[in-house]
Amino acid sequence: MQRTEKQEFTTSRGTRFMGISLLIGIPTLLIFSFLLSPADDNMDDAVRLIYVHVPMAIFAYVAIITTGIGSVFYLWKKSRWWDTVAHASAEIGLMLCGLVLVTGSIWGRPTWNTWWEWGDVRLVTTLVLFLMILGYLALRQVPANPDLRAKRASVVGIIAAVNIPIVNRSVEWWENNTLHQKSSLTDGKLENLTLFTLFLGFIVVGISFLWLMTHRFRVGWLAAEIETEGIAGVIEERLNEANSGAANPNYQQKDDV
Amino acid sequence: MFRDAWLVTKKDLLIELRSRILINQIAPYTLLILVLFGFALDADTETLRDTGPGLFWVSTLLVAILAIQRSVDVETSDSAIDRLMLSGISPTSIYLGKTIGLYLQLIILEALLFIVMVVLFDMSVVNYPLVVVSAVVTTLAIASSGTLYGVIASGLGVRETLLPVLFLPVLAPAVIGATRAFGDAFGRVNADGWAWLGLLSVIAIVYTLVGMLTYGNIIEDT
Amino acid sequence: MTHLGYLLAGWSISLISLSIYAWRVVRKGKQLTQQVPQDRQRWMTSSTD
Repeated sequence: MQRTEKQEFTTSRGTRFMGISLLIGIPTLLIFSFLLSPADDNMDDAVRLIYVHVPMAIFAYVAIITTGIGSVFYLWKKSRWWDTVAHASAEIGLMLCGLVLVTGSIWGRPTWNTWWEWGDVRLVTTLVLFLMILGYLALRQVPANPDLRAKRASVVGIIAAVNIPIVNRSVEWWENNTLHQKSSLTDGKLENLTLFTLFLGFIVVGISFLWLMTHRFRVGWLAAEIETEGIAGVIEERLNEANSGAANPNYQQKDDV
Repeated sequence: MFRDAWLVTKKDLLIELRSRILINQIAPYTLLILVLFGFALDADTETLRDTGPGLFWVSTLLVAILAIQRSVDVETSDSAIDRLMLSGISPTSIYLGKTIGLYLQLIILEALLFIVMVVLFDMSVVNYPLVVVSAVVTTLAIASSGTLYGVIASGLGVRETLLPVLFLPVLAPAVIGATRAFGDAFGRVNADGWAWLGLLSVIAIVYTLVGMLTYGNIIEDT
Repeated sequence: MTHLGYLLAGWSISLISLSIYAWRVVRKGKQLTQQVPQDRQRWMTSSTD
């Protein structure tokens, strides 16, 4: 990208384009969800919540898997780029996971007549994933050597990501008395307009995810830049105090991006 | 690899035998948890029997946290792990050794917990093989992830609070499965316990593999 | 329309939370870009764009 003007924000041409798409996409999704799409035979109008609930759930998974991939690549390449990706993605994943739980709960109240159903496997497993990412981010908040913290967080990130297929499989073992709408989205019985609105929901939530990812990644990158610079500054001061010429190799900036 | 691992296991068990912390402190804690559950649930034996499988695994997890911290303390207290690394034992072997050591300790605690629970809650076992096999598999999941997470949470000054936050959610799926399997073995739940064993085995194997592959990365700089 | 209250609650919680989060991330970005020299803002030339 050409830098002709002074860059002040984490915005770029790409994110601006995504932002404008969202300004158009979100109202369109709202119109389709509330006005154009029909009510469901079983769920009545509660189906209109699905258009934001299900896409958010899928992208919560995508976010956690991205964290897992970022973690694997960090341990492999030891590059800060991947570590920042993993961290950014986990934070957005937590956000989406939390909203999935809230909207699922709100949806469950009129549909199942309960806010929370322990027998429903997807609700419970989403909660488990939510708690795992909470732990991951708690670890990331601990003050420590950035490299050491990144390594340990990577292992936690990988474990969280491998749990996604595990908890998904557990649906099969648990399906005896689950309340969740297992088939409504996959058996093709949905009407065309419902399907289209859901598709639109995926696109809007997907663009939101990418937009947030890009911005959050850049914020993480800047924060790491400041952190390492701070450490480098301290080291330099110490070295000057001691009048020693030998630099500590551990704290040299790695240009490994 | 396995010979080295066994050396590490033997070392850990020997330290445990000498210090007797497992027997003198952790085991009584296990019993306390069970007794407290008994009080909290109003000593209604029927309720206790129904919730017994879940209480068993929750107690095991709480006790496992202590055992994990012990297992890490042994290495970090006088930077013994550096010497282990210097002795040429690979991180994978150290990981396996420590996992097996923790595993054996947990099995002993579980056996104790099991006997006490059967007596106190007056439970009858319908399916002994299922109890044994599901305990064997679930404990592997606990020991393998515990060995890994113990090191992850160590040395940062916040271990006591960080370890449960990281460790308990990771084992929640295993507890769900193990509770169902035990419920079936005790004849309290209408579930296919052997089917849940599939899930438990997957969790145990995956956690062990992740641990073997990543342990080296995180012990390098403890 | 049935369940209008639930629908509005669900949608508005989602939209508002994501908007607040987005706003906070962008604001944080504005703060941090001022502390980091231009030549260290490497992402601008890296593959993220």
